[in-house]
Amino acid sequence: MASAREEILGRIRAVDRQATPAVPREYERVRRADDPVGLLAERVADYRATVHRAAARELPYRIAERLDGRGRIAVPPGVPWEWRVPGVSWLPDDPPLGVSDLEAADGVLSGCALAIAETGTIVLDAGHAQGRRVLTLLPDYHLCVVHADQVVVSVPEAVERLDPKGPLTFISGPSATSDIELDRVEGVHGPRTLEVLLVG
Amino acid sequence: MGRNPVTWLGSPAFPDAARRALDDTQLRGNLRKATTTIRGKRESVVSELDDWEELRRAGESIKDDVLTNLDTYLERLEAAVTERGGVVHWARDADEANRIVLDLARQEGADGVVKVKSMATAEIGLNEALADGGVDAIETDLAEVIVQLGNDRPSHILVPAIHRNRAEIKEIFAQMPEPPDSDDPRALAEAARKYLRRKFLSSKVAISGANFGVAETGSIVVVESEGNGRMCLTLPETLITVMGIEKVLPRWQDLEVFLQLLPRSSTAERMNPYTSIWSGVTPGDGPQKFHLVLLDNGRTSTLADEVGRQALRCIRCSACLNVCPVYERTGGQAYGSVYPGPIGAILAPQLAGDLHDEQAASLPYASSLCGACYEVCPVRINIPEVLTHLRAEVVEAKGKRTPEAMAMSAAAWVFGDRRRYEAAQRAGSLTRFLARDGTLSSLPWPGSKWTDTRDAPVVPKESFRSWWRRNRG
Amino acid sequence: MNGPRVALFPTCLTDTAFPETAKAMVRLLERLGCDVEFPLDQTCCGQMHFNTGYADHARPMARAFADVFDGYDHIVAPSGSCAGMVREIHPNLCDSSSAALRTYELSEFLVDVLGVVDVGAHFPHRVTYHPTCHSLRMLGVGDKPLRLLRAVSGLELIPLPQAEQCCGFGGTFALKNAETSTAMLADKMRCVQDTGAQVVTAGDNSCLMQIGGGLSRLRAGVRPVHLAEILASTQEEPWVATP
Ligand code: SF4
Repeated sequence: MASAREEILGRIRAVDRQATPAVPREYERVRRADDPVGLLAERVADYRATVHRAAARELPYRIAERLDGRGRIAVPPGVPWEWRVPGVSWLPDDPPLGVSDLEAADGVLSGCALAIAETGTIVLDAGHAQGRRVLTLLPDYHLCVVHADQVVVSVPEAVERLDPKGPLTFISGPSATSDIELDRVEGVHGPRTLEVLLVG
Repeated sequence: MGRNPVTWLGSPAFPDAARRALDDTQLRGNLRKATTTIRGKRESVVSELDDWEELRRAGESIKDDVLTNLDTYLERLEAAVTERGGVVHWARDADEANRIVLDLARQEGADGVVKVKSMATAEIGLNEALADGGVDAIETDLAEVIVQLGNDRPSHILVPAIHRNRAEIKEIFAQMPEPPDSDDPRALAEAARKYLRRKFLSSKVAISGANFGVAETGSIVVVESEGNGRMCLTLPETLITVMGIEKVLPRWQDLEVFLQLLPRSSTAERMNPYTSIWSGVTPGDGPQKFHLVLLDNGRTSTLADEVGRQALRCIRCSACLNVCPVYERTGGQAYGSVYPGPIGAILAPQLAGDLHDEQAASLPYASSLCGACYEVCPVRINIPEVLTHLRAEVVEAKGKRTPEAMAMSAAAWVFGDRRRYEAAQRAGSLTRFLARDGTLSSLPWPGSKWTDTRDAPVVPKESFRSWWRRNRG
Repeated sequence: MNGPRVALFPTCLTDTAFPETAKAMVRLLERLGCDVEFPLDQTCCGQMHFNTGYADHARPMARAFADVFDGYDHIVAPSGSCAGMVREIHPNLCDSSSAALRTYELSEFLVDVLGVVDVGAHFPHRVTYHPTCHSLRMLGVGDKPLRLLRAVSGLELIPLPQAEQCCGFGGTFALKNAETSTAMLADKMRCVQDTGAQVVTAGDNSCLMQIGGGLSRLRAGVRPVHLAEILASTQEEPWVATP
């Protein structure tokens, strides 16, 4: 008996097929926006996430302000040293924190790979200042730092810049559901509070 | 090979199931409210993109490319996933897929698994198969929790509990260890969060579906809202993904099209809260064992049908359900399949592959052919075209001796010649046939179906053509 | 006359059950300078057969249609669904002639081919318009019927809520899924009645038969009148209700 693999491929090959259609890519791959950072701020806020803008030099001060009184904050390895402001009880993921430690964390601070203005999306690729996926998942509060030069306008621009290998997480607002009467309600399993610090 | 579980055993044919559903005023109210809300939202987020039609055309062509070169892309996907440390399995049908998953769960010593909502696993009845094998499958998507705890069946692709309102959901959640204290959606969501938290943290095995699998890079994509997907895709040691073979995409770049088409068509958002993309295994991050099960279960036979194969372009957004006037009134369970609504009416019978089955054969008729589904479909599936195509197959399966087939033959014979047509017109029989006319308010069956609720038009004394002959001839 | 040679394709339903609509088309098109003919060999476009799954029966009808209407400049139907059947489906059923491509629904013909919006009609009633699914989605007639109606003197056009929702007819759907069809009709009727219009119009007698049949059962007092009859109505020769 042929293996399932051979049989399925055989069934496919037995089908009469037309020539491969050309894919028309007449949609806009790059979109213009007068103020991509402003657009991002507006679109992120539409999801009921909180957005704060900061000049580069005041970033540490802003981080301290956001995290003040929030308790223990997990932080991936490799975040810039100036983000780890004093007065916060940091939980560095180095060596990796156990699940119960992360469950006990009150929040997490991370950077991102890029952000998509048009859709209000932040993308994490487990790269610089982001760490493992679980870090930004279990704590109920997520503070994410986005630099202006990380902002693209459209989805195609983002897909082009991203590395398909790394595990990627696209985040658009706090965890939400539309499962009750098709109305969006924030806050299910992921962080229920998402705050974005837009720098520059 | 057993019966394909894509249609539910013992479900009545659509007209009977619909009749029952129509009597349920609560259901109709819930559905009307939900579909009206989502329709308006979809329209507004779609109108934000002035290249929407171009995106639809690109989506359609990419999927046609997939269907044309499916073997090549599947082999490429298999190679890429394997190279990145995943294991690929192939399943011809539901039984085979269920067996693969059950064996894998047992190998890991798991007596329970957590699941992210997946149409493919619902289609093959995986939960039931796992339960038979002693493995408890816990659904983690809020709507699936509602369905599972309510001992109910799904009625929508995206929101399987769309037929339930908040008060009903509160009732169902009363059996949780920490039940919700009100029917406020926030409280209901909070109850689900608490209920599932332990299960996420303690499960060794998770099962997911896939929205897309990129052949070029081996990337698997799961699009979701609540974060239950991220939990399942990140926490357990072993991840098993069951993916219909038509979900493969050729290139990484193709995601730029679908990540725009899908969220705006499904939850009517610019982007859904979470999208996870991974490729094989990432050391030190997430599951360290990854299995991909590629599922046929009727897809290759659907592919063989030149007209019907376009149903395989479907990305399960559910936009066609939300605009369908029939779905809005009957709800999803009347379709007797995990795939309800317009896509269900063309996909379920094709996957089931047996048009002699009365229930499956009734589905292509569950439409007034109004075309609203085709208009919104992000991959431009011409659903009315497939419906009429499948109706022709149903007619063929039923043979020439049904009363309908005989009436249709007789009508065709009449229409085949102008003299016969005019004779029928004069005799009034044509009016009866076309306009269901007769003694005005009550007609014999099937005309009675008409006059049960409507009056038939009054027979004119003279047809147009007689008038024309008299005046112009 | 030297106007365009227009073949009338009233459709079998209108020919048989709604002759006033076809007569109105003759009046209207002649008034606009067309040379109107009615090829007597026509019967049915095969829509009902095709849509019910009897494509094999529809095929010879499509071929016959092509033969009957060969040689006319334009073919005009008072039905979005039959015009749609001919233009969109016939070419797939048989290599039918270009007749299929020269077939128009009335409002398309008036606006696109004749280039008129104001047809000189007079119809002093409150009217609401149901767009019918095939006119809207298969043919894409857009707002042409509304533009025509807005130009009718004396006519008060009242927008129909949820206009684009199907009335529930769908040919044999109304019989095979009678209860669902009725539920759709009930909502359509509620919308029609909410407008307070005296007349509900559409470009298709099959949908009007559904809506009108339901309204008449309710004794709702709203009359179904085909678009052609409104456009044919003038001060001199006003529309009269058929009993
Ligand atoms: S058929 Fe089209 S509209 Fe319907 S669920 Fe599939 S992709 Fe969406």
